[in-house]
Amino acid sequence: MSADVELDRVTIRFGNFTAVKGATLKINNGEFFSFLGPSGCGKTTILRTISGFLEPSEGTVRIGGKNMVGIGPNKRPTALIFQNLALFPLMTVAENITYGLRVRGVSRDGRRRRANELLNLIALPDQGGKLVSELSGGQRQRVAIARALCVEPQVLLLDEPLSALDLKLRQHMRNELRSIQKRVGITFIYITHDQGEALTMSDRIAVMNQGVIEQIGDGKTIYDRPETAFVASFVGENNPFHGKVARASKSEVVLDTSFGPLRGRSIKALSPGDRAILFVRPELLRLGNGTADSSLQSTVLNVAFEGNASHVFLKGAGSKDITLTVDRFAGVSIPSQGEMAHISYDPTMALVLPEGDMARE
Amino acid sequence: MNNRLIVFIIPAAIIAVFLLLSMVEKRAVADSRRTGFLQRNGAALSVFFVIAVGFWTLFMVTLPYLYMFQESFHPTLWPKDRGGPKDMLTLEHYRFFLYGSDGRGNYTHLWAFFLTILISLLVTIANFILCYPIAYYMAQVATAQKLRLLLLALIVPYWVNEILRAFALRVLLASKGVINTVLMSLGLIDEPFDFLGANIGLYVGLSYAYLLLMVFPLYNAIESLDSNQIEAARDLGAPWWRIHKDIVIPHAKPGIASGCTMVFMLSAGALAAPQFLGGPKTLWFTSIVYDFFFQSFNWARGSAYALILLLACILFVMLMLRLFKVCLGETIR
Repeated sequence: MSADVELDRVTIRFGNFTAVKGATLKINNGEFFSFLGPSGCGKTTILRTISGFLEPSEGTVRIGGKNMVGIGPNKRPTALIFQNLALFPLMTVAENITYGLRVRGVSRDGRRRRANELLNLIALPDQGGKLVSELSGGQRQRVAIARALCVEPQVLLLDEPLSALDLKLRQHMRNELRSIQKRVGITFIYITHDQGEALTMSDRIAVMNQGVIEQIGDGKTIYDRPETAFVASFVGENNPFHGKVARASKSEVVLDTSFGPLRGRSIKALSPGDRAILFVRPELLRLGNGTADSSLQSTVLNVAFEGNASHVFLKGAGSKDITLTVDRFAGVSIPSQGEMAHISYDPTMALVLPEGDMARE
Repeated sequence: MNNRLIVFIIPAAIIAVFLLLSMVEKRAVADSRRTGFLQRNGAALSVFFVIAVGFWTLFMVTLPYLYMFQESFHPTLWPKDRGGPKDMLTLEHYRFFLYGSDGRGNYTHLWAFFLTILISLLVTIANFILCYPIAYYMAQVATAQKLRLLLLALIVPYWVNEILRAFALRVLLASKGVINTVLMSLGLIDEPFDFLGANIGLYVGLSYAYLLLMVFPLYNAIESLDSNQIEAARDLGAPWWRIHKDIVIPHAKPGIASGCTMVFMLSAGALAAPQFLGGPKTLWFTSIVYDFFFQSFNWARGSAYALILLLACILFVMLMLRLFKVCLGETIR
């Protein structure tokens, strides 16, 4: 069984501080949905509200169409996986997994059967008798997932469960989580500040900043068509060029920047004189000249060789460098440090967005 | 054996043991990153520590108990007969505790002994039931400011002298005391209820006297519990009482054992509260010991009785620890 989750103008305040402002969205039945944002953006608050540990100050939460007001976390069809997992250290793995059944009064035999089922699902057969402390980080992770799945929730909530793992394990667990979600078919709501996690696993992503949902969409949309300066700067690497709108047509804008006039695609209505930012992804920048209003030149500060690609860092307008990625087999000679380099981009792929909050580095 | 010899040998032996310990520690840690006891503290400080700890162990712990232990096997004698021909080892005081002087069973003292253990046990349980919610609130619920206020409210009353507190309770609970007056003026009772005679005063006084010794170990133990564990249990569907039974209490078990041990031991050995608040029909075991020492000057019998109480308490506590599967080391962690 799976259920959809609806937030209707949910606002959550702690005293004078508003953690979440008017969040409205619908998470579909069986979807892998991520909340992505920097720490303190209110994503964990939203998760705790869905799970029932917090009541919204305004607005409603509906799970499977049912209003959840006044229903405690122990009565909701959700299960939460904590950031530190919160496994019970005094219980064995099997006892941990079936704790939810124990409090529901399921018999010992029934619990054992279900524990074995779940231990197989998480590929830890015959480990039920061990203590949690005897398991490795990745195994604990899987036990936490099994414990949450054991009560057959309609919605599984995950609060940055991979953040404590090392890089290799984290990448492995991403695939694992995704495949578990496919197998059990329930709604997963995932909280993360790691855009790589969000992009690789999610069906859809909500990008949050300072309590506000800035954009909702699938990974490709979020990456290719960010709607705000924050989303453009937070998701993936991006080179911002600040400037004033010089000319604006329906779909194209030319900005006056400190590197001269630069052209880009526009999706928001901009009129001449507005402050705006042109975003060019490092992989979109290339060495060599292009058309007059999509070329610029700057000094090479540093070149970093990374195997499959090289990163060239050029002096930017402000404190932030311009980053350019050159593929290994691009067939161009990479300028060396201190040289003046001419670079250009495809203006139909670069986005111009109104100035706004930017993600901090 | 010559008593004087013991007095000289024991201090020397104890100090030697501590010196040896500090030497062994140095040799055991051949690891160059760690330094030995002597290196760590310097020669002067090390010698001071060894002598101070040795002195404390000797005069505060070992010698008094040793004196009591040997005294309890001596007959009751006038000072002039001590060391004389009548002074020999005997079990007469232990026999007296069990059978009395006529050999038909010393029911008064046995009953007092049983009652002391039983009431101490009840006081311990009552104290636990009372303190667990307070400690849980302090450790997991209260904000920092409320915690400070609560701590102050818990500690300040203990600045008042124990005997004064016992008397204050007496004033409250007496036949014409505040509580009876209030109850009668409300028409709840027609004649004063004898709180002191019914031992209510004793229970209240003992529970209150050792409240802090229960609250703090519990608070420490519960405070170290990750609040996510409580939330995880709740999220998995556990009602509040199951969270306490399955998560909080198992985690706090060492603290519970520590608090219960202290409250039980101190209640059983309490003197002021039973003397001031006990009913006329209640004979507290420590009062008997006190009377042997200071009323009938029968130190030998008093020592024997004190030892019986001590051993019984230790045995009882060990039994309880075993029963609840806590090891002694954990309780003093």
